[in-house]
Amino acid sequence: MEIVKAISIGMIVIGCFFFTTGTIGLLRFPDFYSRMHATGKGDTLAVLISLTGLSIYHFAHHGAILDSLKILLIAVFMFLANPTATHAIARAAFRCGVKPWTREGTK
Amino acid sequence: MENFYLGVSIFMCLLVLLCLYRVLYGPTIIDRIVGVGAIGTKTLLVLVLMGFIYDRIEMFLDISIVYAILNFIGTLAAAKYFEGRGEI
Repeated sequence: MEIVKAISIGMIVIGCFFFTTGTIGLLRFPDFYSRMHATGKGDTLAVLISLTGLSIYHFAHHGAILDSLKILLIAVFMFLANPTATHAIARAAFRCGVKPWTREGTK
Repeated sequence: MENFYLGVSIFMCLLVLLCLYRVLYGPTIIDRIVGVGAIGTKTLLVLVLMGFIYDRIEMFLDISIVYAILNFIGTLAAAKYFEGRGEI
């Protein structure tokens, strides 16, 4: 039982780490596309890891199979929905003429 | 275990405050949309953790599923609106 608790705590901590990298990317990157690239990938992975950690702990601790599957359902949905939303907003920005950042400054 | 969940959700709220900077000062409107999307993802995790803290897992799981779907649809609607408008 202790191993399962350790595993789930470890996964949630890793999820928090990827959340912080996503947030730092959102704040520090110079351009819209790079910011969205950071949050799109960072947050999706973080949600995936921490929710699977939670569902493992919930299944081992309470043995409720349906709730654990529902947590995994949220993780899978976020795994599908977040990249789609990022793609949609990126295409909209590109079609509206947002220029990506270049080293000499946006042309 | 509940204290750990509480600590993680407080940490998530701190990250939400950081994302708020991008929402407030984002140069363009679409930066703000990305910031709101990032906040939505973090709130999703806080919702699930709240379910674990208050031991009402089923209720909070349903709330977080609906929240994830609404967050997704909101970003799609904004993207569709800006494609139609053609300029930022």
